Parts: sequence; C-alpha cells; structure tokens
Amino acid sequence: MTAMTPAGSEATSEAADHRVHLLREMLRIRRLEERCAELYSATLIRGFLHLAIGEEACAVGVMEALRPEDAVVATYREHGHALARGMTMRSVMAELEGKVEGCSRGRGGSMHLFDSATRFFGGNAIVGGGLPLAVGLALADHLQGQHRVTACFFGDGAVAEGEFHESMNLAALWHLPVLFCCENNLYGMGTALERAESETDLSLKAAGYRVPSWEVDGMDVLAVEEAAGRAAEAVRAGGGPHFLELRTYRFRAHSMYDPDRYRDKAEIEQWKHRDPIPQLVARLSAGEELGEGELDRMEAEVAAEIEDAVAYADAGTLEPVEDLERFVTSPEPAARP
Amino acid sequence: MSTVTYREAMRQALREALQRDERVFLMGEDVGRYGGCYAVSLGLLEEFGPERVRDTPLSESAFVGAGIGAALGGMRPIVEIMTVNFSLLALDQIVNNAATLLYMSGGQFNVPIVIRMTTGAGRQLAAQHSHSLEGWYAHIPGIRVLAPATLEDARGMLWPALDDPDPVLIFEHGTLYNAEGELDDDAGAVDITAAAVRRPGTDVTIIGYGGTLRTALGAAEELAGEGVDAEVIDLRSLRPLDTDTFVSSVARTHRAVVVDEGWRTGSLSAEVSARITEEVFYDLDAPVARVCSAEVPMPYAKHLEDVAVPRVCDVVDAVHRSGA
Repeated sequence: MTAMTPAGSEATSEAADHRVHLLREMLRIRRLEERCAELYSATLIRGFLHLAIGEEACAVGVMEALRPEDAVVATYREHGHALARGMTMRSVMAELEGKVEGCSRGRGGSMHLFDSATRFFGGNAIVGGGLPLAVGLALADHLQGQHRVTACFFGDGAVAEGEFHESMNLAALWHLPVLFCCENNLYGMGTALERAESETDLSLKAAGYRVPSWEVDGMDVLAVEEAAGRAAEAVRAGGGPHFLELRTYRFRAHSMYDPDRYRDKAEIEQWKHRDPIPQLVARLSAGEELGEGELDRMEAEVAAEIEDAVAYADAGTLEPVEDLERFVTSPEPAARP
Repeated sequence: MSTVTYREAMRQALREALQRDERVFLMGEDVGRYGGCYAVSLGLLEEFGPERVRDTPLSESAFVGAGIGAALGGMRPIVEIMTVNFSLLALDQIVNNAATLLYMSGGQFNVPIVIRMTTGAGRQLAAQHSHSLEGWYAHIPGIRVLAPATLEDARGMLWPALDDPDPVLIFEHGTLYNAEGELDDDAGAVDITAAAVRRPGTDVTIIGYGGTLRTALGAAEELAGEGVDAEVIDLRSLRPLDTDTFVSSVARTHRAVVVDEGWRTGSLSAEVSARITEEVFYDLDAPVARVCSAEVPMPYAKHLEDVAVPRVCDVVDAVHRSGA
C-alpha cells in the first residue's frame, strides 16, 4: 500500500466507478426486459408489452441528471425509466404480473408504472398525452417557487401530435422548467419518421418555439448524461424549457404483437453495432476501468436481482375483487359545508 | 340580501377561492385581460395578478392538461373552457388523464382540479357553441359533474368542488349568466352531493338541471293554473347522480317527466329514466316521459333554435300525456 495517492487519481477512480454504475443500470434494464419477454411468452405478463431494448442509454443518462425532488413523466415504453429513476425491480415486476404489490397495485400494468416516492408520474399510454402534464407539474413548481425540473419523455411519434406543439409553446411562453426528452427511435410504431414528418429535423421544431435544443447520440450513455446534465442545470437555473433529441433505436419490435415487417433487417443489424452496452463495456475495458471478471460478476448480480423480483412477483397477491371500485375516487368524499 | 346576477355570484365564488387558498389559480382563454368570454372573471386579473389569473393560448389540450399536472404538483387549479364544444379539444386530458390517474396509479396520484365551462343553447350561436354535452362527461367514472342552476349554487358549488380531492367539472348554462335575483350576503359553500326539490308537489315529478330547471319550474307554474301540482327536482350533480331524491319523489307522485337539453339518444335523461324504471317501476302510473333537444346540430335561426330545445309547452304536454 502506498502512503500517498496522486491528487487526480481519487477523482478518476470516482469517475470510473460512476461509469461502471451506468453500465450496471443499463444492464439491469436490458436483462429485466429480456426476462419480461420470456414471461410474456409464458403468459405471466399480458396486455401490451413494449420493450426498450437498445434504448437504455436514454433513460439511464437522463435520470443521472435529475435530483430526487425532480419529477418524471414517461411513456408506455417506460420500464427503463422506472428502474433508472430508482423504482425497485420488485415493484415493477409485481406490477407486470398484475399483483397488488406492484407499483400501481396491478391497476396499470406495463404501460402505467407510477411511483409517488420517486415522483414518477407514469407510464402514459396516449402518445403526446404526458406533455401537458409535465408542463403543469413545472407550472406548479414555478408557482410554488420550487427550483425543480420536470423531465418529460416521449418518442418521435409524439412530435406529430398537437399536444406536443401546444405544450412546447406553453412551456416556452411561460418559461417553465421542463426538460423535454425526445427519444427518437425513428419509428412511431411502424411508421418511419420520414413517412410521418414533413421536417424530420426535430430540433428545428423546438427552435420554432425558441426552446434551446441538443441533438444527442442516444446510444452513448456518457453523451446523454453530459447533455442532460447541462440541460437540466440550465432548466433549474431558470433558463426555461430545454429540448433533447436523443437519437436511438429499438432492437425489438414495437410490442410483443408486432411482426416488425416495416424495418429492414440490415438496418436493425447496423444499429446493433452501436448497442450502448457493449459500447460502454469496450470503453471501460480499454481504459482498464472494468476489472477482470467484473462484468461476469455484475451479470450474476443483476440476474440474481431479477430472479428475486420474479419470485417476489410470483409470490405476490391478487387484489381482492371486492376492491375493484377502490380508487375510482379518493377515499375521503367531498367535504360538506 | 343583495341583488346579483348568476355571473356575479360565480365571480364572488372565484374571488373567495383566490383569497382563501394560495394554491388556487384560474387559467383559460381570455380569463384575464379580456375579463372572461362571459365576463365572469372581470376584474380578477387586476385584483390577483397575472400569475394567479392566467391568460392561455388557444390550446385547450395543453392548458387543461397543464391544470391536471399542476394539480398533481400540489396546486388547486380552476381551468375555464369557453364552451363545452371547445372542451372536446381537451377530451383526451379530461377522460384519459384526469379521470384515470388515481385509479391507474393504484391510489397514489389524485387530481384536485376544477374545470368550468359554458354549455347549452339559446343564444343563436349555432352548432359549434350551443350543445349540451355534459351528459357525455357524466358517463365517465372518476370525475364529478355539477350543474349549478341557481344563484346559491353558482355562488356555493365552487368551494366544495375545490375541496374535492378529485376532478370536478362545472357546467354553467350560457343563458343563466344574466339571471338576477336575491342572494344572501353571507352565502357560501353548498352541499354538492344531493339533488334538490325546488318545488314540492304531489301529482307528477319533473326532473331538470342547469338550464332546464327554469323550463321545469315554468311548466310547473302553468300546470298549477290547471290544478296539477308538480314537484320539480334539480339534479345539481350529474355524476354521481343522487338517485334517492328523484326516485323517492316519483314513488310519491307516480309520474315522471325528465327534461334534458342534451339529445335524447344515449342521454342523461335516458339514465335518469332507467333508474326510475329499475327502482320504482311498480309505483309508476304512466311510462316515464322525456323532453329533450331535437336530434339536430343546433340551428342558428331563432325560430328553429327555439323549437330545437325543451320548451315549457313541451314539458306541459309531456305531463298531460302522462295523465297527470
């Protein structure tokens, strides 16, 4: 053991640890979703199941830029956002199995993960429908003098919705602290961006509302984290809404029902070369930041966490049918004078 | 007692809400500098400032959704939509978000928002400003739907609506804003859960709400001249419906006429009629009668609009047909 450490090395090792942490977070999402696909085939998960395999860097990178007091509004492809935000794998898996231990008591399923503890406002399955909610959360923060950020995720498909344009305008007009995170995976379900948009440069749309925007390599978690960090701090400092276009790709079909007839196999393979996980592994290995056998250990730990979550969900309980109407309205009725 | 209009009673309610709770703010198209499309919020911008009386762009979906988001974030927004027809541009936010979030989140996220809007015909505003679609909203679980028909309710429904932890929609009939009457100076919050007997009677029950309450009361007056003693019920809350009040009335009078400015097919009047049939069928001396709007998009020409909506004479005829 050396008595003295060079000044920079502690910081360097902290940064390296952080990069390993990012890898672990992406791996947790990837492996959980792979397990979800199996459980879907085994009919333990039903309904629509949208996997974000390939897009993990977006969720992980952005969440790193947020603080606990910030808010998140996500889409129906949100398992990754939920995990990266700090929701437990157990609560997510129990939700997917429709159990009362699930984060939404089994009322929401894959498309509607919610968690008040981490200020995770869904799990929204109407494309574009979450954007006005994010504007409103930011408005509440503004009116209450809170310096918080609301991160709002949506896909390129949402850009065609009126709610996108109305929300961008309102957030910009009122200078509200929203971080708009567009995960551009090039397809709105089966419709390619160029078949849906007269202008495919999405940052120009943000510019139309005077919202500062960045185009980011959404397959590079470090690039996403860096851009999201800068944008979130600008938003937090009172700089008004910002827009990130995260250029990404989903490796799997839109949902478990989708035969994926509309994409060229070669295109999918080409994007797989840019898989955010092997990319980061290669980078960490080259820099000797990932020690010998560390990836295997990480894989084993993640696998154990997933099996624990699945066991937890399997052992979970079904909500009594007598509770079917619970939470249609709040438990306490409207006040009488 | 003071003489006030329905509009002024609404404004008093808004002012009180803004004074009493700093979480309350009002937003909508032209609620501020213009003073409100129907002048309900006139003067409130000057009194409370632009942060709390917020003019919005013509973006119904965004500002209603922003109201929902602000409610999630701890505020108590009052969102004004100019007319029920425009609310269709925000239907996604009201039906898919406001009404579902509490349930979908397993009880974690309630939405304490109040959405006010004008409804109804009678002002020659034709087919895109005159419809009565509150019955549609009354179909949706997860929201409360109110229809203030009196000065007391215009003054008193807002505060309990804001106290409700869940979304409340308030429908103000456009022809009521100028209605004038006496209101207690200390008038305040009213119960928003029960229907009200506005005129006791023994021979027939006439059920109305919002704009049709006047029609029902007018018919009752005319019928009184013929020796028919009609009871008039004001539904007040369209969701949840206070079934007990109108059903127990019908059990006493044995006859029912439902007056609804919505179209007959699939209407709120159909729901009320069905509940009467389900609960007190054997007490009825005649089939339940309905007086609804003609099944046409609302026409502009006055003589056509006049006959398209329920009139006093239509209600009187329906009562006659029921044998009272």
